[in-house]
Amino acid sequence: MTSQANPKNKEILPGLQLETVDDKIMTLNVGPQHPGSGHMRIILKIDGDYIVHCDPDPGYVHRGEEKMAEYRNYITNIPHLERPVIHDSCNILYPYCLGVEELLGLEVPERAKYLRVIASELNRCVYTQYWLAIYGIFLGHSTMFMWPMGDRELVIDLLEKMTGARVTHSYFVPGGVRNDTPPNFEDVCLRQVNYFEKRLKEYADIFYDNPILISRTKDTGILSREDAIKLGTTGSVLRASGVDFDIRKKEPYDVYEELDFQTNVLKEGDSYARSKIPWLDMFESCRIIRDALQKMPKSGSVRIKLKPNPKGGDTEVYRRVESGRGSLGMHIVSRGKPQPYRLKISVGSFRNLIAMPHLLTGEMLGNMPAVYWSLNYWPVEADR
Amino acid sequence: MSVIAPKFRLGYLIKAITDNIFWIIVLLTLIGLPAVMIVLIYIDFPVIDGEIWNPFRVFDAMTHPERSLPLVKNFMQTDFFKIAVFPGLGFAALIGGGVIFVERKLLAKLQLRVGPFYCGKVEGILQLVADGLKLISKEIIIPAKADKPIFWAAPVLFAATAAAFVALIPVAPGWVVADIDLGLLAVFAVIGFFPIITILSAWSANSKYPFIGGIRALFQMVSFEIPLILSLLGIVMLTGTLDLVEIIESQVNFPWIIFMPIGAIVFFICILAELERIPFDLPEAESEIVAGWLTEFSGMMYGLVQLGTYIKLYAFAALFVVMFLGGWNGPWVFPIEPIAEVITDGIVIMPGALTVELPGLPLFSQEMINGTIWFVLKTVGVIFFILLPRGVFPRVRIDLLLKIGWYKLIVLAFVNIFIALALVYSGVIGPGGIM
Repeated sequence: MTSQANPKNKEILPGLQLETVDDKIMTLNVGPQHPGSGHMRIILKIDGDYIVHCDPDPGYVHRGEEKMAEYRNYITNIPHLERPVIHDSCNILYPYCLGVEELLGLEVPERAKYLRVIASELNRCVYTQYWLAIYGIFLGHSTMFMWPMGDRELVIDLLEKMTGARVTHSYFVPGGVRNDTPPNFEDVCLRQVNYFEKRLKEYADIFYDNPILISRTKDTGILSREDAIKLGTTGSVLRASGVDFDIRKKEPYDVYEELDFQTNVLKEGDSYARSKIPWLDMFESCRIIRDALQKMPKSGSVRIKLKPNPKGGDTEVYRRVESGRGSLGMHIVSRGKPQPYRLKISVGSFRNLIAMPHLLTGEMLGNMPAVYWSLNYWPVEADR
Repeated sequence: MSVIAPKFRLGYLIKAITDNIFWIIVLLTLIGLPAVMIVLIYIDFPVIDGEIWNPFRVFDAMTHPERSLPLVKNFMQTDFFKIAVFPGLGFAALIGGGVIFVERKLLAKLQLRVGPFYCGKVEGILQLVADGLKLISKEIIIPAKADKPIFWAAPVLFAATAAAFVALIPVAPGWVVADIDLGLLAVFAVIGFFPIITILSAWSANSKYPFIGGIRALFQMVSFEIPLILSLLGIVMLTGTLDLVEIIESQVNFPWIIFMPIGAIVFFICILAELERIPFDLPEAESEIVAGWLTEFSGMMYGLVQLGTYIKLYAFAALFVVMFLGGWNGPWVFPIEPIAEVITDGIVIMPGALTVELPGLPLFSQEMINGTIWFVLKTVGVIFFILLPRGVFPRVRIDLLLKIGWYKLIVLAFVNIFIALALVYSGVIGPGGIM
């Protein structure tokens, strides 16, 4: 055992410590150029086939979104704030718009509230399908890569009809939504969502009821209820560990309290439960969309007119919503200027990443993709 | 400004072409033709139909197809033809190429997409050629600290071992490259080479992911070779021979899969594991260890390993056909004997008139054509079932894989052996049995 590294440096730079030469422990750099890592690096130390130490090293796609937001006014912040999660762009703009509306004292029209709910639920489906596709290919199931990718197109087409863009919609603006839907949107949306739900049910046959998948992911990476709360996880990870926490239910925003849906909670806390919760949530999303289409006012304004360069008061606001990856909050500090003084984004991905070393230590190397991606982690969002 | 790229002139082009032609002619007449003449002296030309052949006669026969027929026939009985063309490498590579195409289209249909579409205009039929050209034209990169001779040798050895496996498979009556008495034992010996080559290539690459992949491949292949060998022993007991040709001939009336279904299932699962196909593709698990023991291979080295893999796939499927599905045995596709006399309005048609003349009959016997058709049909059927799990299953984990191999498949293989023993001792089948 010869240690080349200064032990002090180890504490300072957790991600960049030099390798301790050991004849038994091997260090594996999974990423940033690895088909199973995403835009990050996971430093694994393995003893045979068992992981003895895991050190996630994010930060490869840091873009300084928070600093950029300090130089743009409240409207021009919108297009770049959705960049961290382009697949879930409506949900990441949601807390920002809610916060700015509270800051500026705006009242959103009723129809816009329903359109926001529909858009954000559709966007949750788009994100979850993408996530599910990658979960499939991480486990070596190529059909599960292609099917969600193909069915995702249905929802993307709907969002394109609604917003005009396929992925980065920039649909939410303070004071409502950017534009109204095309004339026959309700019928098309209902038809496609029904078909989408039918397709979702087929995933059970090929993926979730697959004996090999169950034997691989059951009882791996178990996160107990206490640990899930202690580590501060959120979203599907928290709900898979038996905690009934959904911001749409607990702190309803816009019109969620009027809509009929339920929260999916599983008690196991293993990779299988964590991979199943987002899939079950998509059924709830379909339910919400159908309900919202029924209750939505058929006509009316969707956006209130803003003054050019609106200025906020000398206050702070914090609003959070339930995104595809869990709680997504934005803290906006205003100092009476057209730009926010400080914008802090608190994302679910980063909070779920904290559970990763806890879960992977002691697991086999073959479980690494199954546990890692079941954390519902989106590297770009975590880096912001 | 056209300093770097001179202007195109037709005269330069013609001059370049004529220069090339001039040098080709000069080199051919000065070196090529004398070399050919020197070699020709030492080659014994065959005596066919009482004629001694020489180069002049060969050129002469090319203008008369019926005269060249005995020459072609003679060539087809040589070992070279068997090794390179028909039951050997060319035939296997042809089926392997077809398998790659079918696999891509089949997987695409399962996954609601189109697959290769543009190469070759018709459903992407030339995609494989394009991929091969791409692999050939790519640079071969070797890790700086690799053990270079072994690293270079590994892909070649892999493809060569796969080809050696093909040589042991009898395709049609009399058409086998190496007809040896202990054919099945030789097959086991050849299969035993694959883990050695895999671990050699993984070790010599001196890289972490190939190392893990190589160790995984070693574990997997060694633990699945035992049930693979055991599952075939039942048939050896029933037939009392290790010769693959005799095993096929023993299945004239019924294939062994009727009596040995458990053995067939165990053997099929072992094939999947030996071929590193999903759900047992752990040595190449992409999301865990990049590409496993293939990670450091690039260019045509990777292409050779892929070629070897698909030849191996054909060989294992063919072994399944030989052992369990009756090899070349099957009903006559074209009737060789007249079936019945046809009487219409009192006119009797002579039986000889009903015999169907097959195209290519002067070159191949009818038994051989019939056997090949059945053999290829059965092999393609088995390959289809080998391809299918790729669209349905995820990858298993290494501990589950070893559990399947050691706990389940070996037990089932022994059950199969006991069934075989019961059949032999009760005198139903086997040496001196009823059937």
